[in-house]
Amino acid sequence: MSKEIVVKAVDVTKLYGTFTALDKVSLEIAKGEVCCIIGPSGSGKSTFLRCINQLEKMNSGAIWVNDELIGYRREGNNLHEISDVEMSRQRRHIGMVFQRFNLFPHKTALENIMEGPIQVLREPVAEVRKRSEDLLVRVGLGDKAGHYPSQLSGGQQQRVAIARAMCMRPELILFDEPTSALDPELVSEVLDVMKDLAASGMTMIVVTHELGFARSVANTVAFMEAGKMVEVGPASEVLTSPKSPRTMEFIRAVHS
Amino acid sequence: MTMPAPQAASPDQKYEIAHLTLVPKRHIGRVVTAALVLAALAALIRAFSVGQIEWSYVRDFLFAPAILQGLQSTLLMTVAAMTLGIVLGVVIALMRVSGNPVLSSIAVGYVWIFRGAPALLQLMIWFNLALIFPTMGIPGLFEFRTVDIMTPFVAAMLGLGISQGAYTSEVVRSGLLSVDSGQYEAARSIGMTQMMMLRRIVLPQAMRVMVPPIGNEVIGMVKLTSLASVIQYSEILHNAQIIYFANTRVLELLLVASFWYLAVVSVLSVVQHYIEQYFGRGSKAVSASM
Repeated sequence: MSKEIVVKAVDVTKLYGTFTALDKVSLEIAKGEVCCIIGPSGSGKSTFLRCINQLEKMNSGAIWVNDELIGYRREGNNLHEISDVEMSRQRRHIGMVFQRFNLFPHKTALENIMEGPIQVLREPVAEVRKRSEDLLVRVGLGDKAGHYPSQLSGGQQQRVAIARAMCMRPELILFDEPTSALDPELVSEVLDVMKDLAASGMTMIVVTHELGFARSVANTVAFMEAGKMVEVGPASEVLTSPKSPRTMEFIRAVHS
Repeated sequence: MTMPAPQAASPDQKYEIAHLTLVPKRHIGRVVTAALVLAALAALIRAFSVGQIEWSYVRDFLFAPAILQGLQSTLLMTVAAMTLGIVLGVVIALMRVSGNPVLSSIAVGYVWIFRGAPALLQLMIWFNLALIFPTMGIPGLFEFRTVDIMTPFVAAMLGLGISQGAYTSEVVRSGLLSVDSGQYEAARSIGMTQMMMLRRIVLPQAMRVMVPPIGNEVIGMVKLTSLASVIQYSEILHNAQIIYFANTRVLELLLVASFWYLAVVSVLSVVQHYIEQYFGRGSKAVSASM
């Protein structure tokens, strides 16, 4: 079976001083795949996710997105860090949704979504506006285009943030605990938008504590602990009959 | 006010007062203090009116050509020195927060020196620069006599602008620090370069924090330009002085100058209010605008 690989991470290692945050983490994600990364807090899930678009610099290892080496260029036997402009170009293809939304507070919902395509991709304004308005409707916020982030609930802000990532037409979207900062009753509206996105074939890597979401949407589940990738496999297997006893313990603890 | 004598109240009657009018507490203390302060103010006004001030001089010189020309110079110097101060402030602040240790140290040194010496003294150093550098220029290319370039205007602009830059850089730096790190990450995640991120995302948000103190500094600069009178720059205070040296109406002309400073500052306060409103957009929930 020949799958088109979108993300390939090999032996990604990250140190904070003497603390090993990531210890040779490897992962492969195919096109259209939804991968949920689960694990206790401090296990390195978010750090790994942030290495994929180089918001976090790694100490060793390599990551490819669509077969393009991320953040570095090979010269002989060394990998040289690429320039700011080059890195920005690579990030265009990698969407990201943050735990704390990080919408631009001085721009309306619509302006937040239009900012990237207009400023970064230099697309025509009219086209971007149409696409952004359609996206707002798609995430259920067609009537909130002119609202500033401070006038929206957490769930609404996160849906705008997802639309902002989508409007860049990325090949991959990274979700960093997208529902952890939300009031419990607002979680499902965000998960519904993510389910819709997954169904449309978007490649997604989701760091989450929502095992229910992982069970119903993810193709692959990865369990991380103490900076190591403990287990990766089809969602049904990892969540119901994991090979590692640690994974089993974690899933039991979350469910109890 | 009399309270109805308590009846031999049955428990039911005790609760039948909910319909009575509620009378707010009287603030006797407030009335007394207000009266005292007003009386003091009236005495002060009376002192000025019976004092030996010839109000007709104040009225006549308020729109005298020399005064208006001085006002114009004051405004010109405010704009020139403040522009220089803001440009230097932004550059120095960016140097300070850049990762480059040399640039960052130079920025720290700049703030240390130019915030450490009185503005008046700096003005005088610039004005007297010819004493140590009789000529300036690039050897072989061009050369000027320092006294020709270092006019009162240039010396005042450099002195005021460069020392202002030291203060403004601290304002800009605090503005940059006030922007949440998540904003930088979000800007990077949609593929913005450093410059674009600074221009589109960081500075507009930093402005909200920077505008009130910078407005303060502009207002301060209006008055600081009066220092330039010492080096013969013909701003409003300097011109008022020249007039009262001739006609000896010292206080009258100082009041004329005060009037114009106050007028300019009042206008600027209103302008600041509107600028603050612009940069504050999105920061409060103004759902009425929808």
